[in-house]
Amino acid sequence: MKLVFDKGSPGRTGSSLPKMDVPDESRIPQSLRRSTKAELPEASELDVIRHFLLLSRKNFGLDTHFYPLGSCTMKYNPKFHERIAALPGFTLLHPLLPQLRRGGALTQGALEVIYETERLLSNLLGFKQFTMQPLAGAHGELTGVMLIAAHHKAAGETGRKVMLIPDSAHGTNPASAAVAGFETKEIPTDEKGNTDITALKASLDNSVAGIMLTCPNTLGLYDQNTREACNLVHEAGGLAYCDGANLNAIIGRVRPGDLGFDVMHINLHKTFSSPHGGGGPGAGPVGVADKLVPYLPISRVAKRSDGTYALEYNHDNTIGYIAPFYGNFSIILRTYAYLLTLGREGIPRISENAVLSANYVRQKLKNHFDDASRERTCMHECVFSAARQARNNVHAIDIAKALIEKGIHPPTIYFPLIVKEALMIEPTETESRETLDHFIEAMIEIAELAEENPEKFKSFPSTTPVGRLDETAAARNLDIANLAGQQ
Amino acid sequence: MKKYTQDHEWVEIEGDIATVGITEHAAEELGDLTFVELPEKGLDVIVGDKLAMVESVKAASDVYAPISGTVKESNRELEDAPGLINSAAEQEGWICKIENFDVVEIEDLMTANQYTEFLAKGK
Amino acid sequence: MPYIANTDADRAEMLKTVGCGSIEELWKKAGIEEPAPALDEIPPGLSEFEVVSYLFKLASRNATGLVNFLGCGYYDHIIPAAVFEITSRSEFYTAYTPYQPEASQGTLQAIYEYQSAICRLTGMPAANASMYDGGTALFEAMMLAVRATRRRKAVISGSVSPILREMIRCYSSNLKIELKEVSPGDFCSNQKELAAAIDDETACVLMQYPDAFGTIEDLSMLVEQTHSKNALAVCSAYPIALAVLKTPGEMGFDIVTGEGQSLGMPLNFGGPYLGFMAVQRQLLRKMPGRIAGKAFDASGREGFVLTLQAREQHIRRAGATSNICSNENLCALSALAYLSCVGKNGLVEVAELCAAKAAFAREELIKTGKVKAPEDQQFFNEFVVELPSDASEIAGKMIDKGFAAGFPLGRYYKDRKNQLLIAVTEKRTREEIKSFANAMEAVL
Repeated sequence: MKLVFDKGSPGRTGSSLPKMDVPDESRIPQSLRRSTKAELPEASELDVIRHFLLLSRKNFGLDTHFYPLGSCTMKYNPKFHERIAALPGFTLLHPLLPQLRRGGALTQGALEVIYETERLLSNLLGFKQFTMQPLAGAHGELTGVMLIAAHHKAAGETGRKVMLIPDSAHGTNPASAAVAGFETKEIPTDEKGNTDITALKASLDNSVAGIMLTCPNTLGLYDQNTREACNLVHEAGGLAYCDGANLNAIIGRVRPGDLGFDVMHINLHKTFSSPHGGGGPGAGPVGVADKLVPYLPISRVAKRSDGTYALEYNHDNTIGYIAPFYGNFSIILRTYAYLLTLGREGIPRISENAVLSANYVRQKLKNHFDDASRERTCMHECVFSAARQARNNVHAIDIAKALIEKGIHPPTIYFPLIVKEALMIEPTETESRETLDHFIEAMIEIAELAEENPEKFKSFPSTTPVGRLDETAAARNLDIANLAGQQ
Repeated sequence: MKKYTQDHEWVEIEGDIATVGITEHAAEELGDLTFVELPEKGLDVIVGDKLAMVESVKAASDVYAPISGTVKESNRELEDAPGLINSAAEQEGWICKIENFDVVEIEDLMTANQYTEFLAKGK
Repeated sequence: MPYIANTDADRAEMLKTVGCGSIEELWKKAGIEEPAPALDEIPPGLSEFEVVSYLFKLASRNATGLVNFLGCGYYDHIIPAAVFEITSRSEFYTAYTPYQPEASQGTLQAIYEYQSAICRLTGMPAANASMYDGGTALFEAMMLAVRATRRRKAVISGSVSPILREMIRCYSSNLKIELKEVSPGDFCSNQKELAAAIDDETACVLMQYPDAFGTIEDLSMLVEQTHSKNALAVCSAYPIALAVLKTPGEMGFDIVTGEGQSLGMPLNFGGPYLGFMAVQRQLLRKMPGRIAGKAFDASGREGFVLTLQAREQHIRRAGATSNICSNENLCALSALAYLSCVGKNGLVEVAELCAAKAAFAREELIKTGKVKAPEDQQFFNEFVVELPSDASEIAGKMIDKGFAAGFPLGRYYKDRKNQLLIAVTEKRTREEIKSFANAMEAVL
């Protein structure tokens, strides 16, 4: 399909702007003007709309396709959230307004949203306080490990430079730890899929700053050594970090703060149902236990005794500004709406149904694919290995493409790294049994085809706008921008 | 004399030049290479230092110096044709040449036979 | 309950399949022994209607009727309705990171087009798929320079937005990076001192354009001086201004970042926003973030994939170029849709309207005789005025008159208590500007 730059024709425009009603004079000197205009599209509004709507149809989205992408919690996004997020009372609000004198009174509604969401999350997850600022999951991780660093620094323990991270962890964990200045050390997973306690003990000394555990872990299993691991790390003077990517499995049923975690990030775009946006924007608020509260970023939203809300900046030990303002406000707003709708009786139903659905899929598929769940009941996602199929030269990627051929978005593949040919399936609570059955049927047909006609997989997918693309050639002959006509 | 490391580098000594690359096995594991970051001429390295970096679509791997010395020359052909490592990892796909080394350093590394055994054990 | 499709009958059937008599048994089998927590402080659930009513009420408690002259890096621009229409397509907004290219050509082509648009706007040859916001993008640019030069000192001009500088200070606090802040001149950067601060240890110099005072200045010379020390020149730019200003690419910058909010995103009380990043070609492989690239299938059809993924955290883990996972995709789509809708000439028109109205507002304020403005300030759409007394108090009084008058610089610059930073966009009419000046005259 043509690029948007190739739509329309010279001189055509889709813009409708107010007329110049002041003298057409500026304070820009000629020497600071660009030599040629930016070569942007010259298209009518219809040209533009048609281009993007046709493009959108080349996507699988959750609203159009079952999307069991493991670790990503692709659940339904309630539509009224979008309406609320578009209210001018929120969208037109300048973030610096409450920082003007008397400006706080002008933003009470927005400050209330942030404060109340923060309180609900603190109660729901067992933490003293949350910062709503982090702009994404990985950004929350970075914030969380920076809080750990601040804690050790304040205690004069500057030698604590090592962050322990299980071999099953998301790649963002070691990457975030590195950006915060830590060295990372890998902790193995034991044969039951839990943290290897012996190996953990052997790694503990006074260089350890903390441990980052995903709860439940990326095998989709509830790590039964969680409490013990947190205790051991605490005894060694470190702190315990919880990666909340998989929170959907335990929301309303287990409070991570009660397990001994000192700090945790959550993904509002996963568990709390704000849209994934094709890869952002998300939000990654961070909850902390008492001892880390002093270091939380500023500003913080506080509730005064008269019931009004205000921004606070005076916290001497704060790590400072993680975000320019108060977080991805419109994502927080959607989360607030979601929590209010589900309420105390609805929230536990999320995890119950998510876990039941994953186990249902696991049960129905475990004779057809190698089970990577260590023969355990899984949580919100089930992990299989395509090792059996791989012997016929049908790999996880081929299974993914066969699913696309059948109109189903594939699960996460090749992750976690400790499972060969991994297929990580997360159905979520919002999908019906019929949808799961349809998926199960498709997977079984694929497993059978892998036995009977493995060659067939090479042609998949054939029904999509393009077939398999040559990623090696794309990386060798990089073309990442079209600059035609631009000087 | 040609030796192999546990990190899947090879080093071959001819006179006062040591040629270094990654093994055929490593190249196969990485898949089609898309990029090689080469060391600059004159770089002084000691054993275990990061010497180069190889990238494929699905993986990236550092190449460590199997021997201490000074980089004399890098294989510039890899800049445009990283696939040379896939087609001939231990010939045209060499990464760099090192001089000013002490051959004693590589005495403990694996021979071709030992490396083959090492790979078999890992499977 | 809402959003859960399965009925009790479905659940009973599914429990039977997994061999459990109850949900509680399922939890036990999964290894969860502890009692379920009491959720006392969580209120009971409400219907959609009730939640909407309540949130409508909260929205109405925010003052959005003020005539806005507040900017400071975040601007109140017109957004064509078509932009929302495009980003409201749920094929876009309910998809995730395009890991499966065949099922994500819509997102991937849009990213490629966005990267192209950012390159065309900044005058640079390569861009990534976006970062969280302007501040994180500038920090990532600094780290990119640190990696590329293997040096650990960064020189940052005090004319870079104080908000961005706060963020960079925060992120650098645990890293072995020496941050050298160079105090600004009166209403611009201090190029002489900046140049003097660059030495053989310097990885980069960080600038902003237009700067935190709204000032525009030619930075080409400083870029040259930076290069003479083999350091990299980094610029955080305001994208609407780039429609008419000499581009950072033309001035020779190595890395250009910026806050992309102005490109079709509402102010939204602080987010989500958009960080953009563009680099010179030789830095491409060290750039953080996702990148879409062109690719072909076996029958020669053109498509797009995420490329150079070996730089990223899911492959390189602790050795990655950044910890960033996703981009700010829907915001990048907003920016692309915005740039496509207003188009080549429309964007210039937007910029000219902003610049002319700002110049007009400055004249009107000077006419009151109570406001001083630095005579030689060259600016795009934001400028500084010197008030006879504390600017934050005056701004407070202006709120009562219905104006968000601007940002009192004294909040971040101790020696600028009486200075107000005023931004004007294409939204402001001649009448609004005139009454703004009148109101200012009245409160002074």
